[in-house]
Amino acid sequence: MTSLRSRKAMTAIAGFTVAAFALSGCASGDSADSGTSTDTGSSDSGSSSEPVELSFLVDNSDQTVGTAEALASAFTAQNPNITIDVETRPGGAEGDNIVKTRLATGEMTDIFWYNSGSLLQALNPNDTLVDLSGEDFMDNVNEAFIAGVTSGDGVFGVPAQTAMGGGILYNKDIYAELGLEVPVTWDEFMDNNAAIKAAGYDPVIQTYGDTWTSQLLVLADYHNVEQANPGWAADYTANEANYSDTASARQGFDRLQEIHEAGYMNSDAATALFNDGLAKLALGEGAHYPMLTFAVSTINDIEGGDVEKIGFFAQPGDSADSNGLTVWLSAAIYMPQTTEGAEREAALQFMDFVASAEGCAAITEGVGQQGPYFINSCTEVDESLSSPIRDMFPYFETPGATTPALEFLSPVKGPALEQITVATGTGQYTAEEAAALYDEDVKKQAQQLGLEGW
Amino acid sequence: MAVIGTASKTKASGKSLQSRHVSKAYPGWFYAPAAIIYGVLFLLPTLLSFFFSLTRWTLFDWEFIGFDNFLQFFSEPFLIQGTFNTLFFAFFTSGTKVVLGMLLAIWLSGPVFAKGYLRAVIFFPVLVSTVGVGITFKELMQPQDGVINASLSFFGIEGPGWLADPGMALFSVAIVDVWRGVGIATVIYLAGLAAIPQEYTEAALMDGATKLKKFRHITLPLLFPATSTVIILSLIGGLRSFDLIWAMTKGGPGFASDVLASIIFKQYQAGFYGLSTAGNVVLFIVVTAIVYPLNRWLNKREVDY
Repeated sequence: MTSLRSRKAMTAIAGFTVAAFALSGCASGDSADSGTSTDTGSSDSGSSSEPVELSFLVDNSDQTVGTAEALASAFTAQNPNITIDVETRPGGAEGDNIVKTRLATGEMTDIFWYNSGSLLQALNPNDTLVDLSGEDFMDNVNEAFIAGVTSGDGVFGVPAQTAMGGGILYNKDIYAELGLEVPVTWDEFMDNNAAIKAAGYDPVIQTYGDTWTSQLLVLADYHNVEQANPGWAADYTANEANYSDTASARQGFDRLQEIHEAGYMNSDAATALFNDGLAKLALGEGAHYPMLTFAVSTINDIEGGDVEKIGFFAQPGDSADSNGLTVWLSAAIYMPQTTEGAEREAALQFMDFVASAEGCAAITEGVGQQGPYFINSCTEVDESLSSPIRDMFPYFETPGATTPALEFLSPVKGPALEQITVATGTGQYTAEEAAALYDEDVKKQAQQLGLEGW
Repeated sequence: MAVIGTASKTKASGKSLQSRHVSKAYPGWFYAPAAIIYGVLFLLPTLLSFFFSLTRWTLFDWEFIGFDNFLQFFSEPFLIQGTFNTLFFAFFTSGTKVVLGMLLAIWLSGPVFAKGYLRAVIFFPVLVSTVGVGITFKELMQPQDGVINASLSFFGIEGPGWLADPGMALFSVAIVDVWRGVGIATVIYLAGLAAIPQEYTEAALMDGATKLKKFRHITLPLLFPATSTVIILSLIGGLRSFDLIWAMTKGGPGFASDVLASIIFKQYQAGFYGLSTAGNVVLFIVVTAIVYPLNRWLNKREVDY
């Protein structure tokens, strides 16, 4: 009797399940149908009248969000039927994973903001992003920048910001007080440091609490590497040269060791954070901070900070003749291949806007100009540029005095560089050991990318 | 009605019938939901990870490379130090938790003022999020203006750079891990102590045993099940430990406090998916190779009076 009852129950459950499946089957069929019909509707009525909403994924730094929103609102003012919805994601390695995962699963927003250079290569752009090489607006983009967003035959992004310099921010008050000159060779720089130390200031600020800041002395030295070994980036990518066997390349690590051994760093270097470093520089506790120029945009927010008291110079090399600046290409705006139809049209329209003088003007108005633009038609220079940014322009005006950073010339960048430079800057490794460790680290990256010769 | 009828009938007609009835009442497919969840969310990924550890994969495709990932992993310059760090961290935290947990439990099971409150205070850190604990202690351990060194300097002692000094960093994290985890060990020991019958102690007192002898010959051996539980739990936790280390030092300064799990995580972050999968397989084997024999040995040594 029990068995009979349970069999009845089973049948009931089975019947119910089947019905549920059938229902859900119907429902999804319906929604698919209605989906297609709206699509046809919109294309029939034409893109001008039908409003399009573009989703736009950006990293959550103030600078990026400000720029993205300035571009979006200026663009919507011109094209009222297209609205752009800015979404944020974390920065750093966590953000990289979000972007990779969303691209791989086809969940990426209609357009997104991401680095150019080596990080872009890791997105496998030929399979995931829309090639922009045939678009007219790409003619307006600077050639140096195009090289940083090219993979194979495809060109994938429009520059979303200005160029950045990597070098040394310095406190002009300390320089004036001690009667120092801006150094153009490393020896002059070290002489300045000795004088600064004698006067009781910290000569070089380091902030290993934010590990990424520790890489600057190595990365910003690339102009000097390129001067000593022209075309080094290509050899490096092909595994024909590395940091251990090229003296000029290893020099970045040597500099770091030298500064550590001379006792020129601030006493809390091991734990200080990026913001602490900026405050030390702005308030005159330290004289030099090896950094990217984007950092100066927040100096006025520090209590007692005044960006006009800060200057900038390129990381000096061995010779005054070859003195020049290592330049960071800006992030770019990309479109995944999953963006189609009206959204793709609207996204191309937006990119066209970004790569125009109006786009530059929108950025300047929104967040201020942070350096030279990569858009050929943006020749206008903002009058109100801050002092460290103004210090960047002479390098751009001198032929041969700028070199893109290595990460824009080669897809190979080891992920552990920031730990290795922290270990070097805190005296755990010598420059020689650090260079050898970094070569090992780089090998993994090259193998993961499947490059030839590794 | 019918169910009660059958139940009473089986009761009358003996054991074998009852077991058959039990297996009828809970047929195999009752396990299906649990089995599916376990299979899809645990077994399948585990088996897949054994396969993917033999490939170099991206999110888009994969390439079979045999044991290259393992060769690469074992040639990691920091792996030796990382392995040593892992073992130090696991054995140090596990040992300290055993000793401290036992002492605290013995103290708290005696006549103490505000016993309930003290027990709660010792258990409290267990309830706080690990990452929260890590971030808090990171601030407290700031070498210049952290609370710990500020208090020490009040007494004229210059505190060390807890997390900033490469030689100290891992030790500092281990201390915090003990603070965070000793509550669990104490609770296990309290339960173990409560389970020791009073008769033994009374008999020992009759025979004139000192407090130390009582502890050595009654409490310690009879607490052994609790001890082996604490050792196994804290050792596994210590070997896999990641969250606290990541929140406090991210394996730094440099690589000074890297453990296996943080090395693997950094490789994953860098996009070396095959390599980090291989690392996880290695970690799985290491944990099993240490914990499984240890568990058997501890079980054998358990005594019963």
